[in-house]
Amino acid sequence: MNDKNKIVIGLIIFVVILTFPFWYNMGKAAPVPEPKLTDKAKAAKECIESKEFMKSEHMQILDVWRDTVVRDTDRIYVSSSGKEFDMSLSNTCLDCHSNKEEFCDKCHDYASADPYCWDCHVDNPKEKK
Amino acid sequence: MESSRRKFIKIAGISALGLGVKPVFNVFASSEEHGRKSEIKKSKDALTAEQWGMVIDTRKLTTAEDVEPIINACNKIHNIPDHQNKNHEIKWIWEEEYEHAFPGKENKYLNERIEHLPFLVLCNQCEDPPCCRACPTKATFQREDGIVMMDFHRCIGCRFCMAACPYGSRSFNFRDPRPFIKEKNNEFPTRMKGVVEKCNFCAERLAVGKKPACVEASNGAIAFGDLGDPGSEVRELLRENYTIRRKQGLGTGPSVYYIV
Repeated sequence: MNDKNKIVIGLIIFVVILTFPFWYNMGKAAPVPEPKLTDKAKAAKECIESKEFMKSEHMQILDVWRDTVVRDTDRIYVSSSGKEFDMSLSNTCLDCHSNKEEFCDKCHDYASADPYCWDCHVDNPKEKK
Repeated sequence: MESSRRKFIKIAGISALGLGVKPVFNVFASSEEHGRKSEIKKSKDALTAEQWGMVIDTRKLTTAEDVEPIINACNKIHNIPDHQNKNHEIKWIWEEEYEHAFPGKENKYLNERIEHLPFLVLCNQCEDPPCCRACPTKATFQREDGIVMMDFHRCIGCRFCMAACPYGSRSFNFRDPRPFIKEKNNEFPTRMKGVVEKCNFCAERLAVGKKPACVEASNGAIAFGDLGDPGSEVRELLRENYTIRRKQGLGTGPSVYYIV
């Protein structure tokens, strides 16, 4: 072990470079975004299903909706509480959640999810152009 | 002493396993509970048929002014872009001359009225649609009521269906259509670049009990109904009038009839 010092210094530099991203970004993590509700959504109290269910399953619901509407021609969703909804992203979901930037995009950006819904579906049905 | 230690380890192991598995069971139990309760169904107002069909009375649509509002009604509600470049044109329903709409039926000496009559042409919603056979992803498919639908979510833009359609009823979005839509209808989606589109017999209107937009805008010149029902308005018209269809010799079984 003639080069003990060199090896130890080299190892320290290596470890510092390896962990650089971790300590450089320490404490800078963006806080988990809280989606904002519109007044209409607040007044409705509950979405088509419970909040927890919508949080974890909305993508599956939308996937089932698009297939059943386009391919099976069924357009009415009866929720577990017995209420009926037209299965439409722009006309039903965004009718309440008309603040797409504050509601959808906030979390999607945070989670780096990039759904292509808005390439076709009108993202702000209430907007007048 | 030996055997009791053995027993203890056994029991401890099983308990640990049980505690570890419980949350997993909870997750499965809760997701199944949610999936069971909701259901999906058709609207009560939805119009249904065995085979939707259309009869266009060309005697009532004699000038370009007659057909223009019909075309515009469709363009408006379906967010159809108005590309200035003809190569990028998107067409759902449009006007065509007799010799182009009915090739093979044009005579050397043709009735003067017919020769310059504006024929409204659209997707024929064929009984045996060649486009559906050509589609590699089943993005275009035939519904039970005969409507040939596009599922834009699945379309990969290969344009095989355009090559297969003998009527030129399909258009490809070479560009993003959104900037070219004059009046946006927020209730209907637009399309994106790279998908094929065509007339859908207003499936979204039939689902809520309305007739297609062109039928509504035609002041009775276009009849719409169930070809499978002998008592329907379209069957009545077909019984009473001589009608022609586009390229019926190809065997696609077009569902759009023309009274000439």
